[in-house]
Amino acid sequence: MDESRPIFVQIAELIENDIISGGLPEETQVPSTNEFAAFHRINPATAGKGVNLLVDEGILYKKRGIGMFVATGARDRLIGQRRQRFENDYVGPLVAEADKLGITRGQLAEMIRSGEGSAE
Amino acid sequence: MSAVVEVRGLSKNYRTVTAVDEVSFTVEENTIYGLLGRNGAGKTTLMQLLTGQEFASSGEIRVFGESPVENAGVLERTSFIKESQKYPDDFQPKHVFASAPWFFPDWDAGFAERLIADFRVPLKRRIKKLSRGQLSSIGVIVGLASRAPLTFFDEPYLGLDAVARQIFYDRLLEDYAEHPRTVILSTHLIDEVSNLLEHVLVIDEGRIIVDQAAEELRGSATTIVGTRAGVDSFVAGREVLHRDQIGGLASVTVGRLDPLERQEAAELGLELSPVSLQQLIVQKTNVPAKEFEVKS
Repeated sequence: MDESRPIFVQIAELIENDIISGGLPEETQVPSTNEFAAFHRINPATAGKGVNLLVDEGILYKKRGIGMFVATGARDRLIGQRRQRFENDYVGPLVAEADKLGITRGQLAEMIRSGEGSAE
Repeated sequence: MSAVVEVRGLSKNYRTVTAVDEVSFTVEENTIYGLLGRNGAGKTTLMQLLTGQEFASSGEIRVFGESPVENAGVLERTSFIKESQKYPDDFQPKHVFASAPWFFPDWDAGFAERLIADFRVPLKRRIKKLSRGQLSSIGVIVGLASRAPLTFFDEPYLGLDAVARQIFYDRLLEDYAEHPRTVILSTHLIDEVSNLLEHVLVIDEGRIIVDQAAEELRGSATTIVGTRAGVDSFVAGREVLHRDQIGGLASVTVGRLDPLERQEAAELGLELSPVSLQQLIVQKTNVPAKEFEVKS
């Protein structure tokens, strides 16, 4: 957990990451609030807030008396949101840092092309 | 949510010292509170007042809607684990655990047994032969297994090693999830407990200076590091919580920044870093309190 952002937001993101990676397929049950709280050593109310954030967005849904499940279509929706955020969160700072170092856009594009194979 | 504790205009004066100074706050049911502050800030006095172990000089205290003083109905629903709990020297830990159910109607003997094994408490050794950490373990076990609807832990872990503290946090969270109750945890190890807390009360020189949800406090301050000129121009007009400088560099802590302000700082070449709850409280209680009158 990092200090700069609310923990419930980070819990929601962890669940989103698992949905995007396929670790939590659609229509499977997600761990309970108390399980999240115990695993991450956080207050159960905070964990509950993170889960509820995703319920409000329709990513998770509640089956009464059973638990929380991943909604159908959740993965595609999350990937769509993340792609939009990618531009703001990653490309923006990347370009800003490149400008600071005097790297031209052309050089930057070349770096990205040549880096394609080396990442992993 | 209903209030378990309601305090209005509470003061406690000793001969020359005002330990608690016109304090008002509410404690909600089934919430884990952190009561934080420096040594001598008034934390223990406040907890003694709430558990009827001290008389208020003025003001009003309601615990479960009633005054806690000499009130068995309130006190049997309250568990107060003190920093240095004394037990009779010739007692053995097993006597402590055998007598606890007399005071706590919700005592869970099975849970206590599991905790005794977790903390490796020697049941039949005389109290005066136990180490400081083992004595603290006894207090922690009594506090957890009593399952009192209102439980106070006042620096419960003097001498407890890192493993035992982690066991305490884990068992507290697990048991709280299954048996919700109100817990007020006073500690100096703020970084260790910050994720457990739902609400934070900070007391300084007898006054409550922070009364906020832990999630609101998280990210409520940012430290900006960069050249002095750059930092100064960025923070101009903002409330500065803390400031350090060395040569041409400055490090300044200000309140919450929105994404646009963060971007602006990044464009100015300033480094932003989050401020942990512990750092925030150190900064808030390290300066004259008048600069930080409660803003809420």
